[in-house]
Amino acid sequence: MTGYLLRRIAQAVVVVVLVATIAFFLIHLAPGDPFAAAVENPNVSEGVRAHWRDAYGLDRPLPEQFVRYIASVTKGDLGWSFSLQRPVLDVLADALPHTLLLMSIALTASFALGIFLAITQVMKRGSATDRIISGVSLLFFSTPEFWLALMVIVLLAYRFPVFPIGGMVDPVTHSSLGPVFRIVDVARHTVLPALTLTLLFSAVVARYQRASLLDVLPSEYITTARAKGVPERVIVRRHALRNALLPVITLFGLAFPALLTGAVYVEKVFSWPGMGLVIVNSIDTRDYPLLMAAVIIGSILVTAGSLVADLLYRAFDPRLRHEG
Amino acid sequence: MKADITPAVGKLRVFRRLMSRRSAVAAMLVLALVVIPCAAAPLFARYDPSAQPDIIALRSQPPSFAHPFGTDPFSRDVLSRVLYGGRVSLAVALIATLVSITFGTAYGAVAGFAGGAVESEMMRLLDALLSIPRLLLLIAVFAAWRQLPLPAFVLIVGFTGWYGLSRVVRGQVLALKGQDFVASARALGAGRARILMNHILPNVLTPVIVAAALGVGHVILLEAGLSYLGVGVQQPQPSWGNIIQDGSDQIARLWWISFFPGVAIVVTVMAFNILGDELREALEPRQTGAG
Repeated sequence: MTGYLLRRIAQAVVVVVLVATIAFFLIHLAPGDPFAAAVENPNVSEGVRAHWRDAYGLDRPLPEQFVRYIASVTKGDLGWSFSLQRPVLDVLADALPHTLLLMSIALTASFALGIFLAITQVMKRGSATDRIISGVSLLFFSTPEFWLALMVIVLLAYRFPVFPIGGMVDPVTHSSLGPVFRIVDVARHTVLPALTLTLLFSAVVARYQRASLLDVLPSEYITTARAKGVPERVIVRRHALRNALLPVITLFGLAFPALLTGAVYVEKVFSWPGMGLVIVNSIDTRDYPLLMAAVIIGSILVTAGSLVADLLYRAFDPRLRHEG
Repeated sequence: MKADITPAVGKLRVFRRLMSRRSAVAAMLVLALVVIPCAAAPLFARYDPSAQPDIIALRSQPPSFAHPFGTDPFSRDVLSRVLYGGRVSLAVALIATLVSITFGTAYGAVAGFAGGAVESEMMRLLDALLSIPRLLLLIAVFAAWRQLPLPAFVLIVGFTGWYGLSRVVRGQVLALKGQDFVASARALGAGRARILMNHILPNVLTPVIVAAALGVGHVILLEAGLSYLGVGVQQPQPSWGNIIQDGSDQIARLWWISFFPGVAIVVTVMAFNILGDELREALEPRQTGAG
């Protein structure tokens, strides 16, 4: 087990370095740079621009820049954000907890709702209920994240102003609120972005779980249970679900990148101060260190996600539990 | 399972099976209703998508008979923009998907057919590529490479979307390599290239066709997202994504600008997803129980 884990981690490190290399050259080979007149204030003189390039090392040969960058990343330094004038690590450390808060709520709600929907469908398979839920899942599966977020805002923040339109706290009153009301304030701001992500992701979970349940149902032990007179409800919930959960547990690990993608759009639309918003905001300023950090952290999440999926699978599948 | 891989999937039979399924027909009808007006946008659109007929009197008009999808703050007709934008969005999605499936099929087929060290190295590279966070990489690259010409954008999107299909194709090729009809072709003296092109590739078409249908839907969503963020199709050329972006700043007041292109995306992507599922069913009827 330890050997397996070490091998997987070593593999993941190689992959992340490879992704970082590809991203570095693709980004840095682009014509112009973050201090070109088209990006920065055109009134700034060429001398000042040259000074900036010198200060950030952008005037050095590309291979040298690359070696310097990799060296600093291995020391845990992700560079200095041009646009925010802060260390990239600090920027991300501030934003990450906000993204994690949103993600954990959306993930929990999506799995609960998705699995519940799938069980409902499979118990009444072929019925109108089954078909309607399938149709609605497919609808959300086919909806762009950012558009759904915009429509949710139009409906529940403007048309029926039940929830705030964006941000994570009320910018005016939050600091003067007591501790309990601060939590209520954050909760109110969390509802719409979390709802958007849940609608999108529970559709994926439901589709996956339904297919997985239907795969298990023709198994012989299900036929045995049926022959013994076990009611369909108990068969689906107790006998089939246990085994049909395995692929869905894997989905949990694979969900990391999908949720990160969702976070980019949903955080942008709702101005949620998380990693996604940081990334989107660094587009206009061509903030190389921030963009690079986003790609690196994204690839770490993807590789970590698939590792987590593997480990969960091993933990939950008794057949794999005792293997090396 | 083996019965599915034998080379006897008649094209006509698949088509007939597809046409006998109601949702497949509905999906194709919907696609025709979206694709034809968009492809022939100059015939169907009543206005020039970039014309600003009257920036004072006709700006930001809600939907009406003259402008069924309303007008935007530049007095441009949103319906005409959605039609012309659809042309761009659909073309981008179709060509990028074509690039993806061509490259993905070739890579997977070569890996599966070569076997040995070549295969294991190719698969290891594929594992690495699969760990690239596609959206983040595309955002970073397009943020650095401003104003890329559209063909370059399409190629980059296409070249970052073939990894999943490669794995599937390689699996199929591996399964086919040991089949009797391949052995008999080899016994008749067919060379490696001939066996791969004439005997194996036609039989991996099923997952490729399904992946193509689902892929088009996926790329439509991806392009819309990138264009919404400002790193996709660039103004003044309309695309479904950047029209939504046009309306998003004043979404409360001018909801129609973002609403209609979004509906176009949802309807189209949904139709492609249904078509993909139905094609899978028609090409390989339920394997469950058949063993």
